[in-house]
Amino acid sequence: MILIRALIIFLSILLVWHLITVVTEAPPYILPNPKLVIKAFISNSDLLFFHGLITLTEILLGLTIGLVFGIISAIFLAYYQTARQWLMPILVVSQAIPVFALAPVLVLWLGYGMASKVAMATLIIYFPVTAAFFDGLRRTNIGFLDLALTMNASQWSILRHIRIPSAIPALASGFRVATAVAPIGAIVGEWVGSSEGLGYLMLHANGRMQIDVMFAALFTLSFIAIALYYAVDAFLTRAVSWSPETHFNIKKD
Amino acid sequence: MKNLLNDQNFSVEIKIKEFSYNQEVLFKNFNFILKSGEWSCLLGGSGVGKTTLLRCFAGLQTEYGNIEVSCSDGGQLGTRISYMAQNDLLFPWLTALENITIGNKLRGQKIDEEKGLYYLNLVGLLKNKYDLPDKLSGGMRQRIALARTLMENRQIVLMDEPFSNLDTITKLKMQDLASELLKTSTVLIVTHDPMEAIRLGNRVYVLYERPGRLKQPIKIDKNKPRQITDTNLLELHAQLLNQLSFEQNNGLET
Repeated sequence: MILIRALIIFLSILLVWHLITVVTEAPPYILPNPKLVIKAFISNSDLLFFHGLITLTEILLGLTIGLVFGIISAIFLAYYQTARQWLMPILVVSQAIPVFALAPVLVLWLGYGMASKVAMATLIIYFPVTAAFFDGLRRTNIGFLDLALTMNASQWSILRHIRIPSAIPALASGFRVATAVAPIGAIVGEWVGSSEGLGYLMLHANGRMQIDVMFAALFTLSFIAIALYYAVDAFLTRAVSWSPETHFNIKKD
Repeated sequence: MKNLLNDQNFSVEIKIKEFSYNQEVLFKNFNFILKSGEWSCLLGGSGVGKTTLLRCFAGLQTEYGNIEVSCSDGGQLGTRISYMAQNDLLFPWLTALENITIGNKLRGQKIDEEKGLYYLNLVGLLKNKYDLPDKLSGGMRQRIALARTLMENRQIVLMDEPFSNLDTITKLKMQDLASELLKTSTVLIVTHDPMEAIRLGNRVYVLYERPGRLKQPIKIDKNKPRQITDTNLLELHAQLLNQLSFEQNNGLET
């Protein structure tokens, strides 16, 4: 059902787009019609696949590294008051600096290759993951902790068996947000300086007035981002099925 | 395997020199003894400090006062108590069986699944062993909490209004089950419900005033759980209700 709905939405967008190109008679180097883009998509599929894979790798690496660092930082912050007092302000300030502004510096330091893009994606997702998990760790049901104490549990086993599991739904929310924003980091990194990836391909195609290729790259990127989000969402929903969502529109008898 | 608890021949005494919270003295020079092998029920108006007292026994309330809890045989209390709260406190991410054996896991011991299944069977929920708490009714959840308490196999059981969230019939059934399975344990049960105290308690205490004091306990010798139709019990119930409402009308809170 979801797939059918997605298909209908997709086809409607194509239709509206087609109508706009017909009505406005926009030249193809401003707004190519869908047919041209599909053609470009098919004739450049190898190219799109190659660059798409690069961008996807950057996103996945960024997500993994950001997740690992985020989890470690959150545990650290939750357990050490000194760390909280010193690191929290730094974390907040670091979020005030737009990642876009850091991109040139990162490219300068880490080079044109994948490392600078992965760093960008990591930076952009680190904060939502850390903040969400930290919040979850602090909100453990006090009754659970009491119970564990009467069972003579150590601090470590309380962390491992109680605090972390009960913070998983919060971590999942943070990671969902992270998955949605991670592509931004990778693409911005590619715009600033690279020789591979969909961001590079878009800039390159734009410079050569291959607007149809640019749009094809844009679609590939959207497809990657959406597929990734839904895959992660489905996985997380299953993983924290013990904490089911409550629905807003419950029917009343 | 039988639910035989270890040697029960010791009583537990709590001495609170002073305990204050939010600049209010809840207890001062307060002594209370739990007699071995008996069920002590603690009643009192809300906010009088029943739960706090129970938490003092459990060693969960060490910050605000000078509290000394000791066993008459000189043993350590920390490894002899288990705790059952009003809320069943089942971990929602663990199955019924995993919830029962959580003590093993938290202490880093080998998980004794066989024993867990034994207690699960004892409370009549063997077929629900792989169910998450979310899938179970309030009564079933409380039965699993009871099985977890039994699994801990401690001599002293502290219960904080364990059945207050249940409907009347389920509550009566749970009281029967608990008193049957914890026959030989030393139990402190905090409750709002005078009938529960009368059914289950060997001694019924009423906590009142601030700083807290105890009324002369009502001793009931009959076998537990007692039937609610027993006229003597109804009389005691009325007497207790009188005491409680007198304290509420003249006490701190209205």
